[in-house]
Amino acid sequence: MKIFDLLKISLKALKKSKLRTFLTMLGVIIGVAAVITMMAIGEGSKESIHTSLSGMGSNMINIMPVMNEPGSVRLQGSSMQTLKQEDADAIVNLNSPNIKGVSPIVSTSGQAINASNNWPTSLIGVSTDYLDIRQFKLKDGIVFSKEDVKSFTKVCLLGTTVVKNLFPDGQSPIGKIIRFNKIPFQVIGVLASKGQSNFGQDQDDVILAPYTTVQKRITATHYLQSIYVSAASEAQSDAATAEVKQVIRENHHLKASEDNDFDVRTQAELLSAIGSTTSMMTILLTAIAGISLFIGGIGIMNIMYTSVTERTREIGLRMSLGAKEKDILMQFLIEAVIISITGGVIGVVLGIASSKVVSIILHWPILISEMSILISFLVCGITGIFFGYYPAQKASRLDPIDALKYE
Amino acid sequence: MSEKILEVKNLKREFVMGEETVKALKGLSFTIHSGEFVTIMGHSGSGKTTLLNILGCLDRPTDGNYYLDGVNVEELDKNSLAELRNEKIGFVFQSYNLLPRTTALENVEMPMIYNKHIPSSERRDRALEALKTVNLLNRAHHMPNQLSGGQQQRVAIARALVSEPVIILADEATGNLDTRTSYEIISLMQDLNEKGKTIVFVTHEPDIAAFSQRTILLRDGLTQKDVINTEKRSAKKAIVSLPDPEKM
Repeated sequence: MKIFDLLKISLKALKKSKLRTFLTMLGVIIGVAAVITMMAIGEGSKESIHTSLSGMGSNMINIMPVMNEPGSVRLQGSSMQTLKQEDADAIVNLNSPNIKGVSPIVSTSGQAINASNNWPTSLIGVSTDYLDIRQFKLKDGIVFSKEDVKSFTKVCLLGTTVVKNLFPDGQSPIGKIIRFNKIPFQVIGVLASKGQSNFGQDQDDVILAPYTTVQKRITATHYLQSIYVSAASEAQSDAATAEVKQVIRENHHLKASEDNDFDVRTQAELLSAIGSTTSMMTILLTAIAGISLFIGGIGIMNIMYTSVTERTREIGLRMSLGAKEKDILMQFLIEAVIISITGGVIGVVLGIASSKVVSIILHWPILISEMSILISFLVCGITGIFFGYYPAQKASRLDPIDALKYE
Repeated sequence: MSEKILEVKNLKREFVMGEETVKALKGLSFTIHSGEFVTIMGHSGSGKTTLLNILGCLDRPTDGNYYLDGVNVEELDKNSLAELRNEKIGFVFQSYNLLPRTTALENVEMPMIYNKHIPSSERRDRALEALKTVNLLNRAHHMPNQLSGGQQQRVAIARALVSEPVIILADEATGNLDTRTSYEIISLMQDLNEKGKTIVFVTHEPDIAAFSQRTILLRDGLTQKDVINTEKRSAKKAIVSLPDPEKM
């Protein structure tokens, strides 16, 4: 008995009851399509969150001051003065292969003015590494140099929202002088638009200037609000964090028993936190879809039992003419597997199609992974074998004498 | 004498029904040789069906021996029994038992699917040859529901012949047919017998027995008579003697 003969017999039997075969298959089709679509939506949103977080600088490490001995009054981090220029310098001087860029941050908010136009915005004092750390790109002009930072030059880069409000007539702001809290700054560059951040913040409503300039001319302070560091890669993020902590602790002369007087947060932490939430969602969606696949499997089992009962005489005949238990078992098992695999193929196609529809109509991000398709196929095959086995076994254990007499 | 095809010795078969034990066969012994045309007769309850199931290797005796073509059936497991049925026995049933919505040709090909000695490339030719033997070559691609009862039974006979079994076991093979068609089937059996086929025909119609060489009469699970029929009738002549259906 060759597999080809079995296939032929099974296909023929399925063709004899096309509608029934199709309806049984429909359970599997819907199940698989649901699994594929749900996984595509889940994976898609995970991927999209990841991309937009990486857009903020996925390798970014943010060092902020915290009160070491708060007593009973807890002050806002930015009003504390523990983070100094020396800390930033110390990180730079590490020359660590894990660290790519370091930028002190001094920010303040105020009113920007150009002739008769004014706009409330924030001015962030940064170093030249900042653009790379935050993954800002320049649309026009140039970035201020290290020399500018050293000599607190009054130059600035504008975000597109600021440009729109200060230069509404569309003229190029490059070379123009704007005022921020009455201090004049020459515009030397315009940042490419980054749009909203994940938290709904307009990332283009910003003016960047050398942090030294901001410290000297605007805030008149010597401490830093925070320090941004970028790790060389996402994988090196943890190593870079450890190094940063170590060097700042040394700089602050903290004893081993003392807590950090600063806080280090990485984008990677945020990423993994959000990642685990979306993974949970994907698992939940897939589980619900999986239930429908399971029900599809029960459908197969049901119809196979009916089919075995209906064809008792045929089974008896085949056995009396020489079919072995194994031959009958395989015949019905193959029937079940054909239903589930064919249903699986159609389901995958339908699932991909409906994922595309979701992305086109609802504009949801989707991601169809080869893994989800592979898993669906595997589950289908297993479903067919699992739910087809018992009916097939029932068929193969019939007694040919009784089966032949069955009416 | 020619070789022994089938030999039963002191065959017994008991069924346990609750607390009662029904003795269907109480010790049968007979031998059938190659080329014989034997009818096994008996009223219902005589053990006919039980004997047939055992001869057909579908059931096993409680006691006694059964040798088919030199094989001791008792020693075989389920799978070997299936092989034995496939290779050595050709079944012809009362209700034809053709697969519905399957052509005559495919029905005849069916037992060969389970025969590992027949290559798949030979199946079609052998099936066509068998259909030719039963004179149904022109109906090879008809479905069973497009065939008359007699034609369906001939397809079933072709199916029984196709694996070249050592014996053809017919179970009331004419039971569902009218007299004329019955005689046609018997005539076909006689032709096959003349070509050397061993045929065992189980029936309760004394009429049919007259066409065979030998009759074994069962009664209450025992052999009542085992007689050689010296005046074997020819089915072909019997058909001629029937009233012409055109004139009825």
